[in-house]
Amino acid sequence: MSPGELFRFSARGLSGHGLRTVLSLLGVTIGVAAVVILTALGEGARRYVIDQFASLGTNILIVLPGKTETSGTVGAGGVPNDLTLDDARAVQRSVSAARHVAPVSMGTEQVSFGERRRQVAVLGTTHQYKDARQLLMQRGSFLPEEEMSRGSAVVVLGPKLARELFVEQEPVGQVVRVGGWRMRVIGVLAKQGVKMGMDFDDLAMVPVSTGMQMFNRSSLWRILIQSGSHSDIDLVKEAVRRVLVDRHDEEDFTVITQDSVLSTFTAVLGVLTLVVGAIAAISLTVAGIGIMNVMLVSVSERTREVGLLKALGVGRRQILSVFLTEAALISSLGGLLGLGLGWLAITALVRLYPVFPASPPAWAVWAALVVSLGVGVIFGLLPARRASRLDPVQALAGR
Amino acid sequence: MAESTAMIRLQDIRRTFQVGDELVHALVDIDEEIHAGEHIAIMGPSGSGKSTLLNILGCLDKPTSGRYYLNGQEVAHLDDSALTQVRRHQIGFVFQFFHLVHRLSASENVELPMIFAGLPRTERRQRVEESLAAVGLTPRARHLPDQLSGGERQRVALARATIMMPAILLADEPTGNLDSKSGRAVLDVLGGMNDNGLTLVVVTHDPKVAQRADRVLVLVDGRIVRRVASSQMGDIMALLAEDEAE
Repeated sequence: MSPGELFRFSARGLSGHGLRTVLSLLGVTIGVAAVVILTALGEGARRYVIDQFASLGTNILIVLPGKTETSGTVGAGGVPNDLTLDDARAVQRSVSAARHVAPVSMGTEQVSFGERRRQVAVLGTTHQYKDARQLLMQRGSFLPEEEMSRGSAVVVLGPKLARELFVEQEPVGQVVRVGGWRMRVIGVLAKQGVKMGMDFDDLAMVPVSTGMQMFNRSSLWRILIQSGSHSDIDLVKEAVRRVLVDRHDEEDFTVITQDSVLSTFTAVLGVLTLVVGAIAAISLTVAGIGIMNVMLVSVSERTREVGLLKALGVGRRQILSVFLTEAALISSLGGLLGLGLGWLAITALVRLYPVFPASPPAWAVWAALVVSLGVGVIFGLLPARRASRLDPVQALAGR
Repeated sequence: MAESTAMIRLQDIRRTFQVGDELVHALVDIDEEIHAGEHIAIMGPSGSGKSTLLNILGCLDKPTSGRYYLNGQEVAHLDDSALTQVRRHQIGFVFQFFHLVHRLSASENVELPMIFAGLPRTERRQRVEESLAAVGLTPRARHLPDQLSGGERQRVALARATIMMPAILLADEPTGNLDSKSGRAVLDVLGGMNDNGLTLVVVTHDPKVAQRADRVLVLVDGRIVRRVASSQMGDIMALLAEDEAE
């Protein structure tokens, strides 16, 4: 019996109990679609995070105050030193491989122009921040090149903030109030969107020392450093560490690199994708049990047919093949339909939320197909073996 | 019609079944020879072992003891795979309830044994056409079993049973589910096949069916109690009534 004829005969066998076949098919379809959709969401989350980190700029290191480790005895731990402008200056001076060093202070203030006012995040930094974060300007200029401690009364606005405050008027050159400070608008950022949780469209940027005075702080929130090249990142990290340890007499700060955070997130989200895929695969197992049930009922209903086939000289293996092929047909067809359904759902999702790059990883697509086919064969084996082992006399009598 | 060579030789065939604690002797000491081209009828009351004998002759069942030679080959103790080959190439079956596959057309039902035997499609088509023509069902080739009358279904089953050109055709009550007219038509087809050399063994309750045979074997309680030649078949019913009374 050729594979084509086996396929045709088995397909005709399934057509004999259409509704049951369709319901069983649906189980596999939903199982495979679940695997595809959930792994696509996991993969989408992973790519979203990667995109977000990439939006930080390239080859970025961030210095944060405090050390995330346990040391000393309980209650005897020292208070970490703040990060200061002097620290940023020392890094800029001593670490030649650092292309840009941008100290950052952060707070929220009310920005007003005339009667219009808006509470927004205010980020204090230097002109180097623009290049490190690859920011683009819509109009005007970014913060001026000046010594870190010199705080001009100038402000750069995010495009949304500028639109809200000035509506149709030209913002550049106007004077706004930031908290209690009168500041001249020197530029408006191009639309950037939300990057790493910060909405660059709806903030105000001021010189770092201005920001520190505005928020009445002597310490920095972060120091952002861009290394000259990717290969220099570790070198820069070590150099920064040495400079700051020299200044603080201890390592009471944390230097994180974009790569290390990214790889941690990628690993976590990769595992998450695997886990949700595995959870979805459970539904495939349930679908497999459905197939087994359908095939057991089919064998039971077609006992006389099996007896007839035996009387006609059809061998055990051929009968096994017929029923296994029927189970495999249900599962593989269900798998293909599941892929189609998953693809449709993901396409719809991406259209609704274009910012979320959901797409199933190739391994998940192949795994779903292979597992669905395997489910059919494995769960079809018991009914098929039962059919092939029927006693012909008993089977012909329908027993 | 009967030839001297024994196509089938049964020697001391016994078949017992365990039913609960009881051992049931379905066949006891069956010794019989059937020659190529013979037409044999097996009669007997219900539970006499007719169908069990037919199942053993058709290699669907194995005797508990004894020897069964089919065309000189001892087949009683072959393994399943070898028995499958014997059934495929040497034996045809016709059943009282036709046993057609309801989702397949008449021609597809006839084609079925050849598909599993791996015959090429062109040969299958040709044989199906000839076979359906031989039983007078060419116009009904594409009909499903549900669209055929009982007699037509049995003729489809006959065409299927002989499509692999078996040496022997075993029929279990072939007219038992048919009206008399359809039954006669089926018996005519069977008779024609036997005239063409096919060895025929028919299990029946119907003396009119048995009267067409060359010999009648009468079974009672698993034993052959009468062997009646066609020339001696005056009143088979009386014989059976006598046997049942005993």
